[in-house]
Amino acid sequence: MSKAIHWCGTVVPPRAAPRRDATVWTRLRNALFRTPMQGAITLVLALLLAGFAPGLVEWALIDAVWLPSDPAACTEPGAGACWAVVSEKYRVMLFGAFPYSEHWRALLAMLLIVAGFVYSAFPRHWRARLAAIWLGLLALVLWLMLGGFGLRPLSTSDWGGLPLTLILFAGTVTFGMPLSLFLALGRESQLPAFRWICIGMIELFRGLPLLVVLFLASLLIPLFLGDGMTIDKFVRALVGMVLFFGAYASEIIRGGLQALPRGQYESARALGLTYWPMMITVILPQALRIVVPALVNDIIRAFKNTSFVAVIGLFDFLGATKAALEDPLWVRYSLEAYLFLIAVYFAFCWTMSRYASWVERRLDISKRRGE
Amino acid sequence: MARLFRDARIRAWIFQAFLICGLALAVGTAIHNALTALDARGIATGLGFLSERAGFDLSESIIPYGPQNSFLRAFLAGLANTIAVSVAAIVLATTLGVLVGLARLSPNLLLARLARGYVELFRNTPQLVQIIFWYALLIALPRVRNALDLGGGFFLSNRGLNFPWIAQPIPGGVASAVIGIGFFAIVIVLCLPGRKRWRGRAMAAIALSSIAALIGCFLFGGVSTPALKGFSFSGGAVLSPEFIALFLGLSLYIAAFIAEIVRAGLAGVDRGQIEAAEALGLSQGRVLTSVRIPQALRIIVPPATAQYISLVKNSSLGVAIGYPELFNVSNSISTLSGQAIECMTIMGLLYLSTALAMSAAANAFNRFVQVTER
Repeated sequence: MSKAIHWCGTVVPPRAAPRRDATVWTRLRNALFRTPMQGAITLVLALLLAGFAPGLVEWALIDAVWLPSDPAACTEPGAGACWAVVSEKYRVMLFGAFPYSEHWRALLAMLLIVAGFVYSAFPRHWRARLAAIWLGLLALVLWLMLGGFGLRPLSTSDWGGLPLTLILFAGTVTFGMPLSLFLALGRESQLPAFRWICIGMIELFRGLPLLVVLFLASLLIPLFLGDGMTIDKFVRALVGMVLFFGAYASEIIRGGLQALPRGQYESARALGLTYWPMMITVILPQALRIVVPALVNDIIRAFKNTSFVAVIGLFDFLGATKAALEDPLWVRYSLEAYLFLIAVYFAFCWTMSRYASWVERRLDISKRRGE
Repeated sequence: MARLFRDARIRAWIFQAFLICGLALAVGTAIHNALTALDARGIATGLGFLSERAGFDLSESIIPYGPQNSFLRAFLAGLANTIAVSVAAIVLATTLGVLVGLARLSPNLLLARLARGYVELFRNTPQLVQIIFWYALLIALPRVRNALDLGGGFFLSNRGLNFPWIAQPIPGGVASAVIGIGFFAIVIVLCLPGRKRWRGRAMAAIALSSIAALIGCFLFGGVSTPALKGFSFSGGAVLSPEFIALFLGLSLYIAAFIAEIVRAGLAGVDRGQIEAAEALGLSQGRVLTSVRIPQALRIIVPPATAQYISLVKNSSLGVAIGYPELFNVSNSISTLSGQAIECMTIMGLLYLSTALAMSAAANAFNRFVQVTER
């Protein structure tokens, strides 16, 4: 095919292929100094970085106080970040008021939940069985955290720190997903009464701030149940979280239901399937597949939102950190403690968001292959 | 009977009847229980308490408010504070979000990487933790006596940000009102029916006359610059650390999401459109303003609206740092008056109607930016 092209009588010689063996320096020059304008932007940014970064590194690393000696070491002139607050208080921050001798149970519960999420991350495990596995896992976690059957009994008011955050998160997703499926199907239902009830619930819980939903749950549930019935503070918070998550996730699932071509519904009907067999075997598997990336993003938001329960007086990771900082000796170093908190939350959320984009790419590839 | 039940339509009706009866029974029992419980505690129900004297003060309020005012006025003051911090945060979130979104698409590697780092950092940490972090940072600043001089009459201390403002109170109030009224007038014109060109001109006229009125206020009222006198500042105006922390926490978090939406919107414009515009000989700037942005807005507006509504709803997090917004004020009223259910209902309705009004305004804007297709 390497034939010179004749054009108006003159021969256009073939051009050389673009060079691909560009060195690191050429590539960097192209990325940073392609035009004078780009060069100027790069220089300004580099100057800004050079102005701020050394001071920050000095504060955070070089001059920092690391060991949990007495807080006086942090008050010395020239002392940088006081990470000692983290090494002194990390047990309280991570486990709250959980009895010290039982911390291994909380740690084990956390590892179980993390293992559950890792297991759920593999697309080949996305079966109805997953719900059963989660229920079993949560039962195990509850046994570890509540005791009984050979372990020292504890109550949910002893819970705190990262285990509380993770249990709340796992509970929100485990109970919120079925609720959101139910609400999404209800909103698309042919039965008007059912449809309107679902629309009302979805719009109500989506229109209110999560804090208000949590407050409603913690204030109104005891009032509505009447005297003689008390419900745990943790359970009330969980109910609020589940309702909020369910309302948001149901709209995402509805998007998936609507994105399916009508022919899928019609051909399932034509095969003689009634509503539930059609939904379970034909519609939902396809609809849920489309919305997995959006759902993962919503799940990340649910994880971040667990911190809201600190406002209604639960000692989750944030609440436990705030409680740890009530120690007058260390209260001045709250910035360092919050930076540690931010780093831990970031590690969880960033991992999940990387996973979300991986799933998105993977689904795209399988779609292109025509699977 | 059995034949009746086999008919799908009749089965549907029976099912729905059961559903409604069950729901009515549950709601009835709940309300009955609540009423008995309230009765047992001797709490009267009703909205009569709204006109009673509130008796508590707020640490700050946009509209005039004092302990002698009524509970109703306290609700309004809370709502006004919520709106003030939300509007300010929406402006910053939009500006920063658009800039970061553009930076992410920049061919400059350093700029694009920094923008990406910003988005990842702020998107992947809880908003409440960010707000509390900013608050901790602000109250760790030096005291008023050693306030940081930012230049131009701006001073930052652990009591907030002092900045130059109009010297006389009346033009100062007028100026604040002009900013608020101008903003809402533009939103209202946006929602009105009518020709785009007419509404565009009206909005430009409102914006220009607001700016003119502001300049007039400054000329007429004179500027007062804050000056350190002993242990406090005199002159100028001040933003409290609570306001700044909530403002930063709301806007920097949402800006990261807006940046991603803007990036996706700009990247979602068909390449052929841009190539066609370039082939027509349009300059780079014209390609951006007449071809790329109008088409990107179609993709950007709906998800951005959801973010703005989420911003307003999450302004309720101000309660964690003591900013007197609607949720915080409503809790105080609920404690002081004992009318918890009424307070929750009023607050809930106010939040719901704010969210609805915002989505109506956004829908109007969406219609405004839609490119008419043939």
